[in-house]
Amino acid sequence: MGALNVLVAVCLCYVAFLFIVAFAAERSALRGNGAWLRSPLVYTLSLSIYCTAWTFYGAVGYAARSGLEYLTIYIGPSLVMIGWWWILRKLVRIGRSQRITSIADLISSRYGKSNTLAIFVTILAVIGTTPYIALQLQSVTLSFNVFAQSQAGADTDVLRETTAFWVALGLALFTILFGTRNLDVNERHHGVVMAIAVEAVVKLFALLAVGVFVVWGLSGGVGNMLDRIETSEIGMWQMQGGRWVSLIFLSAAAFLCLPRMFQVMVVENENEGNLRTASWAFPAYLMLMSLFVVPIAVVGLDVLPKGANPDLFVLTVPLASGQEGLAVISFLGGFSSATSMVIVAAIALSTMVSNHVVMPIWLAVTGHGASFSGDVRKVVILSRRLSIAGVLILGYLYYRLSGGGTALALIGLISFAGVAQFLPALIGGIFWRGATRTGALAGLTVGFVVWTYAMLLPGFGQGTILPTSVFESGPFGIGWLRPQAFFGIQGMDPLVHAILWSISLNSAAFFVASLLSFPNPLERLQGAQFVNVFDHSQNPQSWSGGMAQSEDLMIMAQRILGAREAQRLFEREAKRQGIQGVLPETTPEFLQVLERELAGSVGAATAHAMVGQIVGGASVSVRDLMAVADETAQMMEYSSQLETKSAELTRTARQLRLANEKLMQVSHQKDAFLSQISHELRTPMTSIRAFSEILREGGLSDAEQEKYATVIHSEAIRLTRLLDDLLDLSVLENGQVSLNLRKVQLSDLLDTAISSALSGVQTSLLKIRRDQAQEKYAFTTDPDRLSQVFINLISNAQKYCDGDRPVLRIETMEQDGRLLVDFIDNGSGIPRESQDLIFEKFSRVSPQKAGGAGLGLAICREIMVRLKGEINYLPGQGGAAFRVSLPLRQVNENAE
Amino acid sequence: MGKKVLLIEDEPNIIEAISFILSRDGWDVATHSNGHDAVDVVRTKSPDMVILDVMLPGKSGYEILRELREDTSMRDLPVLMLTARGQSKDREMAERAGASRFMTKPFSNAEVLDAVRDLVLQS
Amino acid sequence: MKNPGKRVFVERDGYRRRRLLDCLRVLPMLGAFLWALPLLWSSDPQAGVSTADAILYIFAVWCCLVGLGALLSYKVGALQDSDRDSLE
Repeated sequence: MGALNVLVAVCLCYVAFLFIVAFAAERSALRGNGAWLRSPLVYTLSLSIYCTAWTFYGAVGYAARSGLEYLTIYIGPSLVMIGWWWILRKLVRIGRSQRITSIADLISSRYGKSNTLAIFVTILAVIGTTPYIALQLQSVTLSFNVFAQSQAGADTDVLRETTAFWVALGLALFTILFGTRNLDVNERHHGVVMAIAVEAVVKLFALLAVGVFVVWGLSGGVGNMLDRIETSEIGMWQMQGGRWVSLIFLSAAAFLCLPRMFQVMVVENENEGNLRTASWAFPAYLMLMSLFVVPIAVVGLDVLPKGANPDLFVLTVPLASGQEGLAVISFLGGFSSATSMVIVAAIALSTMVSNHVVMPIWLAVTGHGASFSGDVRKVVILSRRLSIAGVLILGYLYYRLSGGGTALALIGLISFAGVAQFLPALIGGIFWRGATRTGALAGLTVGFVVWTYAMLLPGFGQGTILPTSVFESGPFGIGWLRPQAFFGIQGMDPLVHAILWSISLNSAAFFVASLLSFPNPLERLQGAQFVNVFDHSQNPQSWSGGMAQSEDLMIMAQRILGAREAQRLFEREAKRQGIQGVLPETTPEFLQVLERELAGSVGAATAHAMVGQIVGGASVSVRDLMAVADETAQMMEYSSQLETKSAELTRTARQLRLANEKLMQVSHQKDAFLSQISHELRTPMTSIRAFSEILREGGLSDAEQEKYATVIHSEAIRLTRLLDDLLDLSVLENGQVSLNLRKVQLSDLLDTAISSALSGVQTSLLKIRRDQAQEKYAFTTDPDRLSQVFINLISNAQKYCDGDRPVLRIETMEQDGRLLVDFIDNGSGIPRESQDLIFEKFSRVSPQKAGGAGLGLAICREIMVRLKGEINYLPGQGGAAFRVSLPLRQVNENAE
Repeated sequence: MGKKVLLIEDEPNIIEAISFILSRDGWDVATHSNGHDAVDVVRTKSPDMVILDVMLPGKSGYEILRELREDTSMRDLPVLMLTARGQSKDREMAERAGASRFMTKPFSNAEVLDAVRDLVLQS
Repeated sequence: MKNPGKRVFVERDGYRRRRLLDCLRVLPMLGAFLWALPLLWSSDPQAGVSTADAILYIFAVWCCLVGLGALLSYKVGALQDSDRDSLE
């Protein structure tokens, strides 16, 4: 019994040491000089609870059975850590900004603080973790047994019975003591984290020690070791690609989803910068942990008799070599692995159970709002402690009932696959705004059903829970539902099969149900907060407030946070609001802060419900809805809509202004119409009257007589022309014109127009450029009217073009079924402000310049309207430019 | 030596007619036919009186008249305004601008002569 | 109006910074690729890669990833300390 007694003594000392470490850490954290507790190294080491007894003992066994496949269990997490920028960074940021207390809290919080979802996740986490805790108890028991067996006379049966019990009890004690010492608002446990960091060092050291002994002590160095591997059974290992990839994926998923990993990685995270260091340091740790696994397995297979449990090689190889000291160290490593996992898992699970199951039930049972009596703080701690005890009792019972027979690795993988079912809801929740609560529930349900049916139940062995017939021909004879051959796909590795189907059906259900359902406002709000956590790390939803009584809130907060903590919080908030005294106004901001503080103790959903009970109306407020509308994406959408609308408004306003300006100008013109007519008639009449009087008085030379008679004559003609124009316009405007339609050639029309426009002008400088080849259009129109338009435009150019060498270009083209004839001169053109007016009656750009009445373009416009065409000013052509367009309905195809 | 009359008008035929009537009556007639530099022309030619049309290219007769009246040396220069618009508001505008006399086209030759004579005598 | 905090073009330092983050993002993919390579090895035990070599290969990849990860996280850490905003 000597060695065993020594072992027990060492073990007790070790445990006492851990207690002291944890206690010291708590003390120094309390005193505020615990900066080293938050160092990246401690964070990295605390992550090592990933390496449980399964890793410590099981990996060697795994390697002995399946060769290098054990590496997948480490490769997956290494990839996740190295890819920290993608997922972990976001998870940690969300965890910190939302005061997340567990993975159940995260998922519930993301999907609208749904407690249903939280309970669901909690239950599934318990189901997935309990076998794993049993596994740890088993490993400790087995390792004790190894020592016991090594000496005669030990009562191994009693040991088997009692070890697990005492270990469970001790762990429960430790966890309760350090896991629920206080209700830290951030759910951080310095003592526990420090203890597991120490354990991490111990287990790494132990495994490395055994490894070094095996390689250099037993095999004579690296070279020999490699040769030995080559010649051993493991050397004949062949890779199974499906398993390799599936297991890497599975371990990566589990690394993210395991409640205990979430606890140390996200909840206990003090500083995002720690993640940066852990991103490479933890893969390095994993690498070291797995470095000597194969050598130990190879040597164990060599040295130990056939049938020796490979799961215990880490212990039995040193023992068989007479290295009892090394074996004790190794035992402590395994013990550390087991205990640290159990402690953290128990804390994580108890937080979930207490926050999402016990507290809501307790709140529902004990009454409403501020009227409940007693200190909630005590209730929370009590429920936490009971939950820890419960979790460990469950693990112990599972261990006792299952008999501890199954290979360690298998339990580990089943457990991994179970928690991996959280992955779609988790990843979808933080990257996809469209993920909904319904989707998450659907995915989780489907995933767990498939996992249970295809992995958990068959894991107990054919014929244990599921009858053999189910495996052979499916339930009720439904062939495609055979647990290890879904849809009739046979021959797949059962593990790969279960992972593939559970995760893919889970994801599909999650996705489809998310698409088909519509999230409530709080879900949408939380979704935006989670997905865009880097854009706004603050502000979850807010309360409408107002009705809540500060005092009631104070009473409640004291019960949860403790009197001093609550008063400090309230005082701080009151000060921030600029209020004397302790009670702040119940502004939405304050309620939000309070809720967040409470969430750190009792979880987001519960805190929301509690504040809701007091504030009244736990439903989402208008402010929440506004906050939803505030989401960045919607904001941008909205603002672009606004921009469009305002642009539209500006356009409309401009059109209105233009129309108004034109109206005013037109009205002014109408007003001036009479005086214009008067002017146009009186001017020639003045000359006529003056000269006729001169002529009548006589005494003129013949030449003078003739000259003055000519003036009278031409002025009379001008009068007539004016009257003609007025009549013409009036006829056109009244639509009384009768068109004389004929088929004509455009070029002919232009020829006549040009010659008649320039006929009366002796010294025309105006050059006309046209491309007659372009003008081969034959069409039906009123040629007189159309050439009237052309003549007007040409003579306008002749009269008004002020270029040094005036040139008029006439360009013809066909566009969108219309014939376009442009008249472009090289003068200074028509000023912008006049362009809208030139087609109005009596408008002249330069008054008096050419003696026209200002009716020409008005007539042209009327004519073009009659001809179903248009005449427009073409801005930006360098000079004055007019476009005459005619529809091609009237214009036939090209004459050629 | 007759008094000098400056005729500012843009219709060539009317210029011809008025010049003829006034020259025949012994007036020394100068003409100018745009509004831009009409004021400068009045200054340089310093006529005894001005016949000013309202509708001129570049600058309206009212504006020219207003500028002339702002100049102290020409405050009392007799100005006969001619307009082809026969509305009463045109007459008002002319009076406000400081026209000595206002005449609507068409006018009889005698009327013009009388007006010119009266205005020069009055001054 | 659109996301005033994010600029489309950044100066040289900012550009380097973003490429550094790109490296950080690609690293896990590189790891996954390298660790998936054994899938392509021949499954024939005679012709294929021996277990000892496979061990050496996998651990060599591991060392590289740890080294690169350490280098990058050190650089990113220096950046994050100098200014936090431009990384988000």
